[in-house]
Amino acid sequence: MTTIISLTILGIFVLFLGIMKKQSWLLPVILLGLVVSMVLTMRDWNTVSHYYHDMIIVDNVSVAFSTVLIFSAFLIFSLAAHYYRGVQRPLDDIYGVMIFALTGAVMMTSYGNLIMLFLGIETLSIALYVLAGSHKEAITSNEATLKYFLLGSFLSGFLLFGIALIYGSSGSFDLERISVYVATCAGNYPPMFLAGLFLLIIGLAFKIAIVPFHFWAPDVYEGTPTLLTAFMATVVKTASIIAMFRFFSHTFHGIHGVWETTIWVMAAFTILLGNLTGVYQPNLKRMLAYSSISHSGYMLLAVVAFSAMSNSALLLYTLSYSIATISAFGILILIREAHGNDYFSSLNGLGKTNPLEAFCLTIAMLSLAGIPPLAGFMAKYYLFTTALEKGLVWLVIVAVAGSAISVAYYFKPIIAMYLKNSNGVTLRVETPYKVHLLFMTMLVILIGLMPFLLIGLL
Amino acid sequence: MLTVILILFPLALSLILLAIRQEKAIRQFALAGSLIEFGVAVAAFIQYKTSCHCNLLFSADWLATLGVSLRFGMDGISLLMVMLTTFLVPVIILSSFNHAYERPSAFYSLILLMEMALVGVFVAFDGLIFYIFWELALIPAYFICAVWGGNDRIRITFKFFIFTFVGSLFMLVALIYLYFRTPFPHSFDFQSLYSATLTPVEQAWIFAAFFLAFAIKIPIFPLHTWQPDTYTVAPAAGSMLLAGIMLKMGIYGMIRWMIPICHQAVQQFAPVVIILSITGIIYASVIAIRQSDMKRLVAYSSIAHVGLIAAGVFALTPWAMEGAVIQMVSHGINIVGLFIVIDLIEQRTGSRTIGELGGIALKAPRLAAVFMIILLGSIALPLTNGFTGEFLLLLGLFEYSKIFAAIAGVTIIFSAVYMLWMYQRTMLGKTSEATEKISDLSLAETVIFIPLVIMIFWIGIFPGLFLDIALPDVMQILNFIK
Repeated sequence: MTTIISLTILGIFVLFLGIMKKQSWLLPVILLGLVVSMVLTMRDWNTVSHYYHDMIIVDNVSVAFSTVLIFSAFLIFSLAAHYYRGVQRPLDDIYGVMIFALTGAVMMTSYGNLIMLFLGIETLSIALYVLAGSHKEAITSNEATLKYFLLGSFLSGFLLFGIALIYGSSGSFDLERISVYVATCAGNYPPMFLAGLFLLIIGLAFKIAIVPFHFWAPDVYEGTPTLLTAFMATVVKTASIIAMFRFFSHTFHGIHGVWETTIWVMAAFTILLGNLTGVYQPNLKRMLAYSSISHSGYMLLAVVAFSAMSNSALLLYTLSYSIATISAFGILILIREAHGNDYFSSLNGLGKTNPLEAFCLTIAMLSLAGIPPLAGFMAKYYLFTTALEKGLVWLVIVAVAGSAISVAYYFKPIIAMYLKNSNGVTLRVETPYKVHLLFMTMLVILIGLMPFLLIGLL
Repeated sequence: MLTVILILFPLALSLILLAIRQEKAIRQFALAGSLIEFGVAVAAFIQYKTSCHCNLLFSADWLATLGVSLRFGMDGISLLMVMLTTFLVPVIILSSFNHAYERPSAFYSLILLMEMALVGVFVAFDGLIFYIFWELALIPAYFICAVWGGNDRIRITFKFFIFTFVGSLFMLVALIYLYFRTPFPHSFDFQSLYSATLTPVEQAWIFAAFFLAFAIKIPIFPLHTWQPDTYTVAPAAGSMLLAGIMLKMGIYGMIRWMIPICHQAVQQFAPVVIILSITGIIYASVIAIRQSDMKRLVAYSSIAHVGLIAAGVFALTPWAMEGAVIQMVSHGINIVGLFIVIDLIEQRTGSRTIGELGGIALKAPRLAAVFMIILLGSIALPLTNGFTGEFLLLLGLFEYSKIFAAIAGVTIIFSAVYMLWMYQRTMLGKTSEATEKISDLSLAETVIFIPLVIMIFWIGIFPGLFLDIALPDVMQILNFIK
């Protein structure tokens, strides 16, 4: 709860700074504020507290994932100074909306009531519709926001309809009460309840971009300003998958026979389609979009498996995925700035002209591909262990096949950077940005070497 | 403790190398470092010999909740492999001195990083740690071949990467699956993995997953298609690392992991593997005879030679397994020697096409003599290292099946045919335009060959030291079969 309050205050404060025309204060205040709210969040560790008649439940799971979300946001805001360099217009609105989106994301990790889930998703989504179109002059940004808004609001309807149907059959929005209702049904679920459950799954699957509800993702990712794409690919994805995981683990675990097959098939198709389509993408940004789709498939493995290990498997996975992805987006920002596009050919010879940046992108790609001893490998390994413990052998084999396919596109930037001749453009990067990139790269390596710090937590 | 030093020292070296700017200093540093590493390996060897069965074990917790611990140690087989690795790396580094590689610090740093991963593979006593090093070895290998390689390297090295990566991913699934079949508390410790209880069907699947990973690395027919192209396109040092050491990872994996863990399936499928290996021997030998590129010829000859080793491993007899272990060492030494000779010829004449060469023996007698010795080792002439290994392999295979042994024995005849024919057409006869002005080995170049030649005769004449050290462990692994 302190997290939500502190983030809301931070967002409002940022808007006030805008009114007072203190543009140069924005980022320092935001970064400091995020650190403060991260500390405040972590102080709730090992205490379970319920707020407002169980509307919000703060437990270790929500604390851990709220921290991941705020930390991801922190990493993204650290890229902002460079990204918005030279932009004349005031930025307090964009930053403010980003923080409100983050607040919505935090709500999605700690809800105890389906209404709160809906509020969290809408807070996040409405902020995102604005952010996707925040580059007003670019036609692609307009396209992105329109597509996202039309589809997103339509799918929000599904979500709300699903919640209503569940309310209609169980008589409550409260997760605890619904699980009591599920227990009393004893295998005989009214069709209305099941329809509600599946509408809820569809609504969330859309937000996470799970096949077959992923079609919006590549176009929206491509059109959205790159910094905000990084936000969508990490913060939004983590929050949505945790939201899904939370209601499955809390409430609908008793009936996992009903939804298990559905999620199983969705996970398998997301992994295979995401990776296969990723191979054919012409540029880095679209490739990262498909990469993020396929990674949501992997995260679903933990949802299907649902065991005591799922929590920490997801924690490790979302964290290592987020850091590596933000690091890759950090390089993508530089590439688009220098070349005006992000075709793989723009990366040619980066290994010679900018060895540090090339190294950071290489580590990010290798980690996303799941190559030891990086964070991505440990995350995948732990996830596969979680799934195999439940005997999901075929799903793991699909996931492994997906990993093998993914190498085909994760190596495209590496091949371009080290094996193709340079096109003579050297990226100009300030030292703080370099330090930040290196920091993320070191984190990816460190999590890979010391995963036990995270695995024992949940 | 020595085992940990063996892993960490090359890693430290490779990181320090990145900070050095001067080319000459980089080379000297890399060479000196790898020699010290060899010294450490020798110390480990002596310690192992004098206080046997201590296994030089090192153990520390890493992921206790998941049963993964940093367990490193050496038995006789690992020890021989570590000796081979640490012996060959200085030779490879030394032989690369007459190339002016771009970005030398990265090049030598990657070689040492690879050495670290290779040593890690051979000393890992924990399944997951083994896997991590196994994959880690692939990254520097890929970059060495891809960045410093020849024509069409992007496509070829990528194929190499995909092939080996796909194979090992299924091994990862098999390892995790095994983990849940180990006795409680679950653990990746190799003793624990050995005692996993598996149904025959499970064994067959796990066998398949392991076999895919190892067979691609070795490579066994029909999974060899990445190999000739990769060896040909890789820089000289890269081919040596791949053929000399990296493919031994596959055979080592078979001996250390596959046979004890899925022993029933191994017995069941041994004929299949042997038939595949023997097919590979004949197939690769026939192709080798028709090759015009020396490097490609040696690449195909390698498929034939390791095919025999793989067949020997699956004969599951003590002689054959001993032969396989010795032949791994011999093959590593011989093939590195052959690649060095080819590299020297290519540098002097600008060509490695057999048709364009000839009469080198007239102009460069020392080079021709060294080439002859290594070649004889490679075609298994008595008193050379190749003979010890191949004789034992065929003897063991003979015990298993006379027909298989007879067909596999063809490898010796075939290898004599293509190797001697290559020798005849490049070294003997009239000099060609390319070889007219060829110079003989310089003193520094001769030094590279001295350790190789010594080892060829040592293993050929007094193989006892090497046979004895591996024997107890070979017997122990074969005990799982009974």
